[in-house]
Amino acid sequence: MKLFRMLGISFRDAFKSVFRNFSLSLASISCITITLIIVAVAIIASFNVQNFTKEIEKDLTIVVFMENDATEEEVLNAKNQLEKMKNIAKITFESKEKVKEEMSKESEVFDTVMSSWTDEDTPLKDTFQIKVKNVEKIRNTANNIKRIKKVATVKYGEGMVDQLVSAFSSITKVTYGIVIALILVTVFLIINTIKLTIFSRKREISIMRLVGASNMTIKMPFIIEGMILGAIGSIVPILIATFGYLAFYNHFDGYLFSKLILLIQPEPFIYTTSIAIFIIGIIVGMIGSSTAVRKYLKV
Amino acid sequence: MKMDLIRLKNVTKQYKNGVTAIQDLTLSIKKGSFNFVIGGSGSGKSTLIKMLYREEKPTTGQIVVGGVNVVRLRNSKVYKLRRKLGIVFQDYRLLPKLTVYENVNFAMEVIGASKVESRKKVLKALEVVGLKNKIHNYPDQLSGGEQQRVAIARAIVNEPKLLLCDEPTGNLDPDMSMEIMKVLDTINKETGTTIIMATHDKDIVNRMKKQVITLKDGRLVNFKEKGTYNNEAV
Repeated sequence: MKLFRMLGISFRDAFKSVFRNFSLSLASISCITITLIIVAVAIIASFNVQNFTKEIEKDLTIVVFMENDATEEEVLNAKNQLEKMKNIAKITFESKEKVKEEMSKESEVFDTVMSSWTDEDTPLKDTFQIKVKNVEKIRNTANNIKRIKKVATVKYGEGMVDQLVSAFSSITKVTYGIVIALILVTVFLIINTIKLTIFSRKREISIMRLVGASNMTIKMPFIIEGMILGAIGSIVPILIATFGYLAFYNHFDGYLFSKLILLIQPEPFIYTTSIAIFIIGIIVGMIGSSTAVRKYLKV
Repeated sequence: MKMDLIRLKNVTKQYKNGVTAIQDLTLSIKKGSFNFVIGGSGSGKSTLIKMLYREEKPTTGQIVVGGVNVVRLRNSKVYKLRRKLGIVFQDYRLLPKLTVYENVNFAMEVIGASKVESRKKVLKALEVVGLKNKIHNYPDQLSGGEQQRVAIARAIVNEPKLLLCDEPTGNLDPDMSMEIMKVLDTINKETGTTIIMATHDKDIVNRMKKQVITLKDGRLVNFKEKGTYNNEAV
C-alpha cells in the first residue's frame, strides 16, 4: 500500500516536472525519438539480414568438380583436405557412377547416350557438394578449394550473393555505430534535463531530507522522470517502425530484389520490435536520470 | 539514565577549515524537558543542534538521540533519525507554492503516510499552533510569526519525541516571539515533547525559566534548571 502511494506521488512529481521544464524535456524527447528511429531501422535491418542469411545458408552449396582423370586416391586426398577447412559444415561426395546413374533415371535420352560412355572417356566428373558455415566467407572458401590438387572448377550460387550479404552486414555495423553515438548524446541530454529539475527543486529536496524522506523517496521522481521521457520518446519510433515495415513488406511482396532475399513476416516481428524499442527508450531514460541523480543529488 | 533522551559524551567538532566549534562536550538531556542553548555567536549553539539531527558529524565522541547512535548512523539511514524529531529554523523553510495545509502535509506525504491519517494529524498540528483558520493561505499571505507556526506544525505533525529549534524567534519581533514561545511551551507540556532551542534572546530565556545550557567557545560552562541568561557566562 505504502509503496504504491509513494510510487503514485513520484509519478505525479515526475509528470509535473516534465511539463515544468518543457523546452528541455522536448529536446530530450526529440533526441530519444531520433535515436530510437535509427535503432528501429537497425533492428529491422539486422534481423532481416540475419534471417535471409540463414535462408541462403540453408540453400547455398559449393559444388566442386574434380578433373576427369583424377584417380580414386586423388579424390580421397581432396576430400581429406576439404574436411580440414574451417568454414565447411557438410561434405557430400558424388562419384561419376552415381551421377550417371541418377541422370539415366531422369530420362531415357540420357540413358541411351550415356550407356555408350566408358569409364575412360566419360565427360562426367566426381563432385563434392559442400555446405558452408559462414556465407560471408564463401568466396575465400571457394578460392581455397580451387587450390586443391586436381580440382577442376568450383561453383557457388550467384556471384552477387556474397557481395550482397557483406554489404548488408556492413550497413548494419555502421548503423550500430551511429546508434551507440546517438544513445550517448541522448543520455547526456537527459542528464541535463534531470539536473535542471533537481536544481529547480533544491529547496524542496532539502526540506524533504529534514522531515525524514528516505533517499529512495527523494530519488524516485527523478528516475521516473527520465523513464517518462524515454517512454514518450519511443511513441513515434514505434509507429514509424510498425507502419513503415508493414508498408515496406507489402510493397515488395515479402521479397527484396530477388526471391532469394526473403523479408521477415511482419506479424509477430513488428510487435517484438515495438516492445524492444519501448524498453530501450525507457532504459536509456533511466540510465540518463540515474546518472544525473548520482551526480547532482547528494543524499 | 533511562529517562535520558539525548546523551553526548566527549563530543568535539572541528570543521574542515580548522575551526573548533564544540570542544569535549558531555551532556545528557531528560525526556520531556525544555532546554535553551545559549551563548554568543560562534559559541557552537548551531553546531550542537546540527549534530543532533545529523547534519554534521562530530569529529570525536558519542551522540545518542532516542536510542540511535547518531555518529555511527549511515548516510542512507539518516531519515530514520529525522522521523523521530522535528526541526524548526530561523528562516521557516516553507515551500512558497504550497498552502499552509500542503506545507504541513508535505512532511506526512514524503514519509508515505496515508491520506486519512495525514489529514487527521495535519489538522491537529495546525490546531496546536492556532492556524486552523488559515489552512488555505499561502506562506506569503502570512506574518512572520504565523509562518513560523506553520513550520512548527510541520515539525510536530509526525508526533516526534524531540523538537529542535535553531533560533526560531531570530526574525521576529518580541510580541511574535512570545507567541511562538507559548506555542512551544504548550507542545512541551501537553505532549511531553522534549524541546531544545538555541537562542540569543535574553528576554525569552529569562521569562520562560527553563533549563539553560550555556556554551562558550564550544565548551559547556553552565547547565542549570530554571536558568537565566547570565551575561558574565557569555
